[in-house]
Amino acid sequence: MTVSTIPSIATPRRSATPGWLRSIMLLRESPLGIIGAFLVAFWIVVAIGAPWLSSYDPDDNDFDAGIIAPPSAEHWLGTDDQARDLLSRVIWGSRVVLTISPLATLCAYVVGCFMGLLAGYYRGWVDTALMQVCNVVLSFPVLVLYVIIMMKFGPSPVNIVIAVTFVASPQVARLVRSQTLELREREYVAAAKMRGEPAWYIMLVEILPNARGPLIVDSCLRMGYTAITIGILGFLGMGLRPPTADWGGMINATYGYVMGGQVLMALAPALALSSLVVGLSLLADGLREISMRD
Amino acid sequence: MADTVTSGAPVLELDNARISYFTRAGEINVVPGVSFKLAQGEAIGLVGESGCGKSTVAFSIVRYLGGAGRLTGGRILFEGRDMAKMSESELRQLRGRRFAMVYQDPMSSLNPVIPVGRQLMEVPIIHQGASEADARRRALQMLAEVKLPDAESVFTRYPHQLSGGQQQRVVIAMALMAEPALLIMDEPTTGLDVTVEAAVLDLVRDLRRKHNSALVFISHNLGTVVRVCDRIGVMYAGDLVEEGPIGSVFRNPRHPYTRGLLECLPVLGTDKRTSPLVPIPGQVPPALHRPPGCIFAGRCKHVDPARCTAGRIETIAIPGESVHRVQCVRAIELPLWQRPQVAATATAADESQAELVLDIDHLRKFYETSTSIFSGAESYEIKAINDVSMSAKRGMTLAVVGESGCGKSTLAKVLTGLEKATDGKVALDGSDIGGIRVEDRTSAVKGKLQMVFQNPDSTLNPSHSVGFAIERSLRRLKNLTGAAVRQQARHLMETVKLPADFVDRKPRQLSGGQKQRVAIARALAGDPDVMVADEPVSALDVSVQAAIINLLLELQSTRAATMLFISHDLSVVRYLADRVAVMYLGKIVEFGSVDEVFSPPYHPYTEALLSAVPIADPDRQQKRILLEGAMPSPRDVPKGCPFSTRCPRKLGDICDTTPPPEHRTNSGHRIACHIPMEQLRSVEPII
Repeated sequence: MTVSTIPSIATPRRSATPGWLRSIMLLRESPLGIIGAFLVAFWIVVAIGAPWLSSYDPDDNDFDAGIIAPPSAEHWLGTDDQARDLLSRVIWGSRVVLTISPLATLCAYVVGCFMGLLAGYYRGWVDTALMQVCNVVLSFPVLVLYVIIMMKFGPSPVNIVIAVTFVASPQVARLVRSQTLELREREYVAAAKMRGEPAWYIMLVEILPNARGPLIVDSCLRMGYTAITIGILGFLGMGLRPPTADWGGMINATYGYVMGGQVLMALAPALALSSLVVGLSLLADGLREISMRD
Repeated sequence: MADTVTSGAPVLELDNARISYFTRAGEINVVPGVSFKLAQGEAIGLVGESGCGKSTVAFSIVRYLGGAGRLTGGRILFEGRDMAKMSESELRQLRGRRFAMVYQDPMSSLNPVIPVGRQLMEVPIIHQGASEADARRRALQMLAEVKLPDAESVFTRYPHQLSGGQQQRVVIAMALMAEPALLIMDEPTTGLDVTVEAAVLDLVRDLRRKHNSALVFISHNLGTVVRVCDRIGVMYAGDLVEEGPIGSVFRNPRHPYTRGLLECLPVLGTDKRTSPLVPIPGQVPPALHRPPGCIFAGRCKHVDPARCTAGRIETIAIPGESVHRVQCVRAIELPLWQRPQVAATATAADESQAELVLDIDHLRKFYETSTSIFSGAESYEIKAINDVSMSAKRGMTLAVVGESGCGKSTLAKVLTGLEKATDGKVALDGSDIGGIRVEDRTSAVKGKLQMVFQNPDSTLNPSHSVGFAIERSLRRLKNLTGAAVRQQARHLMETVKLPADFVDRKPRQLSGGQKQRVAIARALAGDPDVMVADEPVSALDVSVQAAIINLLLELQSTRAATMLFISHDLSVVRYLADRVAVMYLGKIVEFGSVDEVFSPPYHPYTEALLSAVPIADPDRQQKRILLEGAMPSPRDVPKGCPFSTRCPRKLGDICDTTPPPEHRTNSGHRIACHIPMEQLRSVEPII
């Protein structure tokens, strides 16, 4: 077999499109994934464009319009119990969710990947010790754990990130560990050992990139859970301090008014939150569908 | 064999069957038109490389193609009835009763939570309304017929309590329970060890005669077809390119592809010095881009563009031979085939001159299982390598053969430092490395000993480019930096006969053979003295396998590297090795030059292995030795000779109680056996 006999059919389709863009284009084969991607993209655009999209400062009280005013030409969704523009608050609220939940997910991933890689790669007592720590955290009811952490450290964005990292990283660690256990037996890992690569290199360069499929899917879902968590904490009054426009906190504030028929004040932030979470899980489904294919 | 009485209508008739798969990309026509007939009691073997449509044809016969596949033309007649026109309920009536299938993996056909006896009883109960007692009687009878020892006890066992070979026998028993008119077997012995495979093949041959079932036998291994079938059909890219009685096809193959297959297949008894392997250049074209005319034309050395690529190639019958049909316009005019031979020019490497590169001395590797606090299970030792000694000189190929679980892969792991030896010495160029893990070896030592792995799909990291692995090796092992790395990587790609531009490709863009070439290039990056190759060709198709074997031999001779070639395939070992070690249960039972090991005196295990190898040549007579039982677990190795539990030449108690002495000849041939050398010498050769 000479060089010239390598047939042309093995030639890959070369294109100038970068890899990540190709992956997104693959999504078009999954209708649900597209819907998800649109929902998520919509909220990203809203969050970035908040200053231009909203016509009022989210914290300004417009007492001329009155409190809990019904929708009008000035206030499209009406006003809340402190006469603030509801639409502007929903728009600005997206910023809060879309900053904290990716950040918290990222932190959970950094810690979780670190623990999972070590446990799966070294096995033995390292694995046992790390997994026992994870089990202890996992055995707590999640909500109770959040409440304890937030009560202890007080409500703030940084503390939400810490709480989510603490609760979610054991789950991420379990996922990464199971992937690592499988991938460490691959022959390319043995080949890397045979050329003398250090352990950290094998874990980060040889193993972790090949676990990315399930991790990307999981991170999408996890961002959705985190958004819900922020909402729950806000609703319980343990989220961000007022007057921050926080969807969970906004729902909390409607307590008492909803009974009086003022549904919109609760409905607007609730719909915003669920559309974002549904978008993220649909996107995760779409990504999973694609990753199953090849 | 060819004189099977063709009485009445054939059991199975494929008349220009056209099969397509429907995907997002549209219709992919994988089988453009296949025709053959199968009479009652007749067996046809469908052979070909992976992706050539053998399984598609077999599944289409029983209408089991799944959602995407469909018969889009022609007819498939089973006992005269058109399969395409049958309703689902009619099909269900036939399945398991008039035809049955046996797949490669027996565990996928057996229900893990039901005892095998119960599963066998279901066949007559469901299909024939037999009574419990009657079904039980027949199931037991069938288990005895597939030669499972102690049918009563097998009857009550669950599938996981049986060995792979036993599971496959149970599946065969299940398939034969209803006395089907047609049996379809899809690579039924591919996952089995060679001695087990031989027993299963003999069983299939005997039983199909006894039950007079027609058989469609799918295999990538031409040798297994010779053992079981009357006729052979060679498939290439969805076309049945040649079909006829075993004898005529193997003696006078007419289609250039059949000839190519035979030329790139090492047949037991040939070696690198007398009959070169001739790989088929190129690859199978994808079904989406099917050229007009002959689909093999692009790879054919006898191609005549005017006639071969013009239009559809008709299948012609070879005059003077019974039902030998070939889909080739030049079939009759081509000269008759002869196995390529060269005069034995290269003599065996002059070993006495060469220096000793690798010296393994009383090597042991025991795995200790940890005692679990929870289960209370006691720890025990697994003796994966139990006192192994052998040596290799520069430029030599040392092959290690044996069935799965014999310790040959553990040997590779210890040599490469992925595992640490328990005891004994591994000297590489004089320095002991056996007890040193790879992390603690110097980069000089690491470079000197490199490895080529088995699985082309896992040997390269799918996240990185092909060149990445080679370049990292060059940086780590040769301390190269900057532009020199890139340049050397491209050079190595050319050394393994790949275009240098391939360095930028991702592994998924390469074929299996190409990936294995890259893996060889990666091993060469350290400029090794010793290359450990653990089954480097066993996952490849035969035509690719030949090219890789040729490449390994060529690189080895130009670089004067020593190769430790680990394989279960005795034909390949016979072809390329200089010295051979036969391993069984962690011990070397026979060691010597390739000629010594493959001719008497044999160790009884070597003899049994040789008799089990399926040979793709119906004219070669092979003595049959059937081995009883399976290899004992390495947990409790027999006290005396490791082979004593299965040995057909067992002398008596001495074999069970006393480790055998080692007979040595002056040339270095060693046999560990209680039988005196004179007696072993008088054994008649297997082939």
